[in-house]
Amino acid sequence: MRPFVYERVGDWAAATQAAGRLGSAPASYLAGGTTLVDLMRLEVMRPERVIDINALHDSRYGRIEFGQNGLRLGALVRMADAADHPGVQRHCPVIAQALQLAASAQIRNMASLGGNVLQRTRCTYFRDVSYAACNKRNPGSGCAALAGVNRMHAVLGGSDHCIATYAGDFAQALIALGASVDLISADGARTIPFAKLHRQPGDTPDQETTLRPGELIVSFTVPAAPWTRRSLYLKVRDRQSYEFALASAAVALDLDDGAVREARIALGGVSTVPWRAAEAEAALRGKTINDQTAMAAADAAFAGAQGRGHNDFKIELGKRTLRRALRQAAALEI
Amino acid sequence: MADDDIAAKNPQRSGTNRRRFLMASVSSAAAPAFVRAATADAAAQRNSSGARLPADFTLTINGRDYQLAVDPRTSLLDLLREHLALTGSKKGCDHGQCGACTVLLDGRRVLSCLTLAVAAQGRAVTTIEGLAKAGALHPMQQAFIDHDAFQCGYCTPGQIMSAIACVNEGHAETDADIRESMSGNLCRCAAYPNIVAAVRQAKPVMKTASRD
Ligand SMILES: Cc1cc2nc3c(=O)[nH]c(=O)nc-3n(C[C@H](O)[C@H](O)[C@H](O)COP(=O)(O)OP(=O)(O)OC[C@H]3O[C@@H](n4cnc5c(N)ncnc54)[C@H](O)[C@@H]3O)c2cc1C
Ligand code: SF4
Ligand code: FES
Ligand code: FES
Repeated sequence: MRPFVYERVGDWAAATQAAGRLGSAPASYLAGGTTLVDLMRLEVMRPERVIDINALHDSRYGRIEFGQNGLRLGALVRMADAADHPGVQRHCPVIAQALQLAASAQIRNMASLGGNVLQRTRCTYFRDVSYAACNKRNPGSGCAALAGVNRMHAVLGGSDHCIATYAGDFAQALIALGASVDLISADGARTIPFAKLHRQPGDTPDQETTLRPGELIVSFTVPAAPWTRRSLYLKVRDRQSYEFALASAAVALDLDDGAVREARIALGGVSTVPWRAAEAEAALRGKTINDQTAMAAADAAFAGAQGRGHNDFKIELGKRTLRRALRQAAALEI
Repeated sequence: MADDDIAAKNPQRSGTNRRRFLMASVSSAAAPAFVRAATADAAAQRNSSGARLPADFTLTINGRDYQLAVDPRTSLLDLLREHLALTGSKKGCDHGQCGACTVLLDGRRVLSCLTLAVAAQGRAVTTIEGLAKAGALHPMQQAFIDHDAFQCGYCTPGQIMSAIACVNEGHAETDADIRESMSGNLCRCAAYPNIVAAVRQAKPVMKTASRD
């Protein structure tokens, strides 16, 4: 691990100031550290300053609140605490399930929601600095995965510069439910749709988010809506637990006497960013969910999918995952 | 690793010699123990950028306060094992993938390999060494022995710490619950069925014990 200066801050103003201070010296916020410390040890991430924001947990950064506008989740809420929260489980089961099915009990105790959405890809070439070619780590160096072992890589949202999968689960729930994210920096506060937080790789895979330098995630807001109750997260993986998704689907439905008034669908494990499947949502509107309509929606969701060899199976697996998730969500007793 | 890299440059302080030196300095110190690790001193001496200054902080480990000065890069796991000679917690992967390093931080199970020691300052750490009380094993330790819930034993301290938290969290209601809740602890010897049996045995004993 490279040396760094460690700082603890007690409020957001100190945090964003600390992040801005040394100008160009790269700084990282430290929340649970389950991504940051891992990647610093691998020397994939090399901050010169680590700004520990955990003291902010005792403020609104650490709170879960239900209000008129819906559900507000502070960025330093631990994954385990949101997953176990009775209100989250009842009103937004897709959120509780996406968190519960992620990582392990130990990691969920450590990891924060803000850090979770900013976790880095598990692409093995990205994680191993002995591979020279990785555009994400080393812009312009090429992509070892395109012609390499790419079984775990994305079939949606990739480019000829990077096909790394966005590995998280919680973000799919957020994007399906149309969440927004509250940000703050020394320049002020702003709120953006969660769907605008992550960037597809295009020809700049090193730029993963639209966060400004030193910008801090404060919280996520999930708007109250008729579809949040009838929602679920289905995750398919190589082993039953403690594993990233090969394919996953976050589904939320508002049904009118069996017919779909509104469907919200996001896909995980198959795409470079948390993936909202708008075409599949449109294909379902006004329809009853059955084998045919679910299949048509899944086909629409993967119409633009591109396999790269080892990951070709994810197209069929992704479709089947979505079909099952849709049928299960439609059958939920709520 | 920070330690290896420094140890390599200070051969006289590397390997078992360094461990023995540290063990001696810890055990002879009056409480609160003060540990200024050899590695941190070496790092501080080479400091020019400010980045290598050791961090000073206190940590409560198994009920005892330690005054520490270590390189900020030191993980909680390396602090325990290499600096304080508490070698019960194991290093399986050093990347959050196996659970061998599981300890309790303020009562919650966490991975000490992905915890920076300096970030745990002011908090209470419980390791496998802190479980036995007055010579009596913790009910979970006893249950692991009774059910032969290990072969090589390498994963066992992590399994036991995790299993205690699993019961305390209320996640040990069914066998399926236990398996899911314990999935963060891998066992290369595949002692899984016996581990589940051990957790089942310890659960009611832990409840009774905490009532008295
Ligand atoms: C073995 C293993 C298995 C895993 N399995 C899964 C899984 O199945 N599903 C899943 O979803 N995840 C999984 N994860 C990933 C894990 O969930 C993330 O590492 C974790 O959620 C990150 O949160 P953290 O608080 O630890 O972040 P940190 O490591 O502290 O931070 C991550 C990044 O976010 C930045 N950051 C943190 N908080 C903020 C903030 N408030 N504002 C701005 N920037 C911030 C940091 O600077 C850093 O760059 C796994 C991880 C491991 C090690
Ligand atoms: S897929 Fe992306 S992260 Fe992986 S090697 Fe290619 S450029 Fe790097
Ligand atoms: S050593 Fe910490 S999880 Fe493997
Ligand atoms: S007993 Fe050998 S690894 Fe678990």
